Amino acid sequence: MTIQLNGKTVTLPQEVATVQDLLSHYQIENRIVIVELNKEIPGKEQYETLLLNEGDRVEMIHFVGGG
Amino acid sequence: MSSRYSRQERFSPIGIAGQEKLRDAHVLIIGAGALGSSSAEMLARAGVGKITIVDRDYVEMSNLQRQQLYSEIDVINKNPKAVAAQKRLEAINSDIRVQGIVADVNGMNVEDLVIGKALIVDAGDNFETRLIINDAAVKHNVPFLFGACVGSYGITFPMIPGETPCLHCLMDHLPAQNLTCDTAGVISPIVQLVASYQVTTALKFLTGAKLSPLLQSVDIWNDENAKIRVDRLKKENCKTCGNNPSFPYLSFEGQTKTEILCGRNTVQIRPGVARILSFEELGRRLESLGCEMTVNSYLLSCSFEGRRVVLFKDGRALIHGTNDITEARGIYNRLIG
Ligand SMILES: [Zn+2]
Repeated sequence: MTIQLNGKTVTLPQEVATVQDLLSHYQIENRIVIVELNKEIPGKEQYETLLLNEGDRVEMIHFVGGG
Repeated sequence: MSSRYSRQERFSPIGIAGQEKLRDAHVLIIGAGALGSSSAEMLARAGVGKITIVDRDYVEMSNLQRQQLYSEIDVINKNPKAVAAQKRLEAINSDIRVQGIVADVNGMNVEDLVIGKALIVDAGDNFETRLIINDAAVKHNVPFLFGACVGSYGITFPMIPGETPCLHCLMDHLPAQNLTCDTAGVISPIVQLVASYQVTTALKFLTGAKLSPLLQSVDIWNDENAKIRVDRLKKENCKTCGNNPSFPYLSFEGQTKTEILCGRNTVQIRPGVARILSFEELGRRLESLGCEMTVNSYLLSCSFEGRRVVLFKDGRALIHGTNDITEARGIYNRLIG
C-alpha cells in the first residue's frame, strides 16, 4: 500500500495494516506520538483497530527530549 | 539612529516599532546547551533588551561540536555554561542586559524565574523539566516555545497560555524513556534549525505578529517534515491548563527526588511520576555505544560517562562513584531523558 507520510510518498510492506503497525514499522511505538490521518487526529485507543488505506495522508510527529 | 539593527528594522514586519518592542522585552532561556546557545546568540544579536539564561551544567569537550557560545578555554576551565554564555553574549552585544544563572530548574525555583518574563524559550534536555516549565508558564501566563532535537530530527511547538493546548495536553504522561543526544547523537544543523524556528516565533510574538498553533517536526538529514494543527487536543480536564488546574509538576510529590546515600558515594534518583523502562531498547542503544552492561529482569547496570549506573524498571536509579546530585541528575537525564 502507498500512503503520503509527512509529505512524502511511501510504500509500506504488506504487514502494515493499522496505525499501530505503522508506529511499530518506524519503531516509535514506545514514544509519545501524535498522528494525523486524513486531517483527523485519532485517539491512541483507536490505533490498534484503525486501518490504513491506499492514498491516505498521514502526518506523524514523535516527541524527543534532547536539546 | 544607530546602524546596529538597521537590517532588521528594514524588514517591514518588524520595522522600527518592532525593534523597540524587542528592546523592551525580557526573555528567559531555559538551558544553555545546544539549543540555548543558538537561540541566545540570535536573540542577543537581534537586540532583545534583557535575556536571562539558566543552566546547571559546565562546558565539556563533547559540547563544542554544536554549542556555539563556547570554546576550548571554557572546557579547560570547566566554566559553568550559564557563566560562559553570559560572558560571550555580553561581548556580542553590550547594548543589552544578560543574566546567566547557574541552577537546576525545578518546581521550587521555576516560578521565580518565569514571573515577569515576556516569553520562555525552551532549550532543556529532558521532559520533566519541560513539564515543570509548562506548569509555571500556564500559571503565570507566559508563552513557552517548546523545542527539542535528537539525531537529525527536531520538533517545535509554541505554547500560548489560554490559546493553545499546553504541553501536558499533548503528552498526557511523562514518556517512559527517550532518545537523548548522549545516546543517539545529534548533528549541529538540526539544532540550528529548531532554534531558528523558536527564535522566529519569539520575534513574531514579541513584535505582535500572529502565531499558528502548529506542532512541527523536521528531519534535516532525511529531508522530511510534518505539521499538525493541535488546537483540537486542548483538554478541558488538563491538570495544567484545564478548568480546575492543580499544576502537578510544581508540587513536591511530582518532583524527581534525589538523595545522597551516605558513605556509599552514590546518588539515588527517584522519578516523581512513575515510569516503566524498557531495558530492551535502552540495552541495544548502550550496546551500540560499547557500554559495558548487565541486565536482568529487575535492573540494568551499565557503565556510562565513567560512572556505574543501576536503573530499576520503575525509573529509579543509583549513580555510583559520586556524591554530586547535579552530576547524577545530568547522567540520568542524558541516559533516559
Ligand atoms: Zn493542558
